[in-house]
Amino acid sequence: MSAGAPPSGPLAIEAEHLEKRYGKDIRALRDLSFQVERGTIFALLGPNGAGKSTAVKILTTMTRPDAGRARVAGIDAIANPQRVRRVIGCVAQKDAVDLEATGRENIMLQGQLYGMPSADLHGRVIALLDHFQLTEAADRVSRTYSGGMRRKLGVAMGLVHRPEVLFLDEPTTGLDPEARSSLWAEIHRLATNDGVSVLLTTHYLDEADHLAQRVAIIDEGRVVTEGSPDQLKSRLRGDAINIQLDADAVVDEALRALGNQNGRLRELTNEGRAVRARVDDGASAVPGVLASLEAAGVVVASVTVSRPSLDDVYLSHTGHSFNAAGAGDSR
Amino acid sequence: MSTLVMQPTHMAVRYLRALWRQPLYVVMQLVQPVIWLFLFGQLFKNVATLPGFGGVSYIDYLAPGVLVMNALLSNGWSGTLYLTDMDRGVLDRFLATPARRSSFLIGQLIYWAMLTVIQSVILVALAMLGGARFDGGPLSVLALVAAAVLLGTVMACFSNALALRLRDQNTVIAANVMLVLPLCFVSSVFLPQALMPGWIRTVAGFNPVNWAVEAGRQSIVAHVDWSIVLTRLGGLAALAVVFGFLAVRSFRAYQRAV
Repeated sequence: MSAGAPPSGPLAIEAEHLEKRYGKDIRALRDLSFQVERGTIFALLGPNGAGKSTAVKILTTMTRPDAGRARVAGIDAIANPQRVRRVIGCVAQKDAVDLEATGRENIMLQGQLYGMPSADLHGRVIALLDHFQLTEAADRVSRTYSGGMRRKLGVAMGLVHRPEVLFLDEPTTGLDPEARSSLWAEIHRLATNDGVSVLLTTHYLDEADHLAQRVAIIDEGRVVTEGSPDQLKSRLRGDAINIQLDADAVVDEALRALGNQNGRLRELTNEGRAVRARVDDGASAVPGVLASLEAAGVVVASVTVSRPSLDDVYLSHTGHSFNAAGAGDSR
Repeated sequence: MSTLVMQPTHMAVRYLRALWRQPLYVVMQLVQPVIWLFLFGQLFKNVATLPGFGGVSYIDYLAPGVLVMNALLSNGWSGTLYLTDMDRGVLDRFLATPARRSSFLIGQLIYWAMLTVIQSVILVALAMLGGARFDGGPLSVLALVAAAVLLGTVMACFSNALALRLRDQNTVIAANVMLVLPLCFVSSVFLPQALMPGWIRTVAGFNPVNWAVEAGRQSIVAHVDWSIVLTRLGGLAALAVVFGFLAVRSFRAYQRAV
C-alpha cells in the first residue's frame, strides 16, 4: 500500500450550498455545505432519504447539482469532472462487483480503466488481494464470494489507483459484525497510515461515532449540526434519563410531576409510555425523580441513565429519534 | 493514444471471458436461426422454382438471409448487458472512472462483432452441410459476414441506447422481439423482391436489413456484383456510426436520470 502524502494543501472536500432536485417534488439537497480536512475521516450521518447518496453522487461527478459549488482535492468537480475522477476512489452502496469475473480480473479491469501501466498494476493487484485476504479466492469467479468478500473486493477496487480521497457509501450495510469490524479497522488504517481522506455515509450511529473525526448530521437535505462526535455529545449538557412507565394512561401525570422538578430536568419528551429527559448528573437525580413520580401516584416500570449518544444529538436537532426517522429510498 | 485502443480492448476481454465461461450461450443463441434455416429450407423448398430466385435452391437462397437474421436477434440482446451492470452498480463504477464513455461502448461492440462472426461461421458450415452452396467464393462469404456484423452493430447500438435511456429489461426484450420479424419479412430474407407486392418492395429499399441481405446474397451467385456489395456495406457502416453516436450520447442521458 502507498505511503500517502502528509495532510497539507487544500481541503479534501468542500461542498458549498449544494442544491439538487429530482423532478418537481423531491428536493434531495437544500443548501448542503460541509468541509473535509485532508487525511481525516468524515461521516455524513442521516436516515435513508436524507440526501447522503445525492451528496456523494455530486462529489464523485456522477451527477451535477442544480446550484452550489463542489471541490474535491482542490479541483472543481463541476467544471473539471475528469480531473476529479483521477484522484478519487468510489465504493458504492451496491457491491458493484462483476460476478462473472474473478476477484483478480475485477481489480485488474478497474486499474486498466484508470490507465495504470500493466507492470505497476500487476503488483498492485497482488498486494491488494493479499491485503484484503482475497488471495486464496483471487481466481475464483466472484459469484462464489460471500457478502463480506464482495464488499472487500469493492473497497480494493476503489483503492487500486491510489486515490487521494475515498468515498464510501454506506460501506458496512448488510455486513455481519465480524466483516463490519474488519472493514472498520481497514478504513481507520487508510486514513491514519496512508493519509487517504475518507468521506463515508452511514445510517449507523455507532459507525460514525467509532470511525469519524468529524460528523455532519443531515436531515432533509441539509446539515443540521456538525462537529467531532465528542463535541456533538458534549453540546448536549448532561445525561439522558429514560423512564419507562407502567401504563399509557399515566403519561400526562408523569410529565406534570417531572416538569415541577425545579427545572432540573430539561428537554422533557415522550414517545408513548417512554419518557426522556436530560439532567446534569443522572445518577443523583434518580431518587428525586422516583420520589416525585411516586408522590403523583405514577407506577414506573424501569429507569435508565445514559451518557449522551449521537442518537440524542440527532433527536435534539431534528426533533425525532433516529430510529423513528423515515426509511425510504436512499437518495 | 494507447488508452484509446487499450480500454475498449480490456472491456471486450471482460465480455469474451464471460462468454468463454458460458460457451453454451453461443449454442443457445443459434437454436432459433438453425430451426429457421432447416425448417424454412424444407417448408419452402418448392418456392425456389418460381421466377426471381435465379435458379438457385431455396436453402442456397435462405442461408445468407438467416445469417443476417441471426445477427439481428443476437445483437438485439446487447442492452441487457448494460441493464445487468446497472442493477449491480457495475455501470456506475465504470462511469466514475476517467475512462471514455465510447470505450465502454466500443469494447462491448467488439464483443458482439466477435460473437456474430463465431455464430456466422457455424451457420455457414451448417448450411453447407445442409446442401447450401456459396458460389460467390470466400471473399463474398466474408462480405456476407461483414454485412451481418455491421447490421448487428446497428442493432446493438439501438438496444444499448434503449437500455440506457429507459432502464427497463422488458422494454429492451420486447423491442427486440417486436422489431426483428417485421424487419426480416419486409426484406428479401425469405423471398426475392421480384415476388413482393409493390409497397413492400418500396419499404424494403429503406430497410437496412434488406441492405445487409442484398450485400450478403452476392455470396451465392457465381458472378459477384461488387458494386452492390460495397454500396450496401457502406450504407450499413454509415448507419452504424450514427447509431454508435446515439448510444454514446445515451450514457449522458443515463447519468442525468440517476
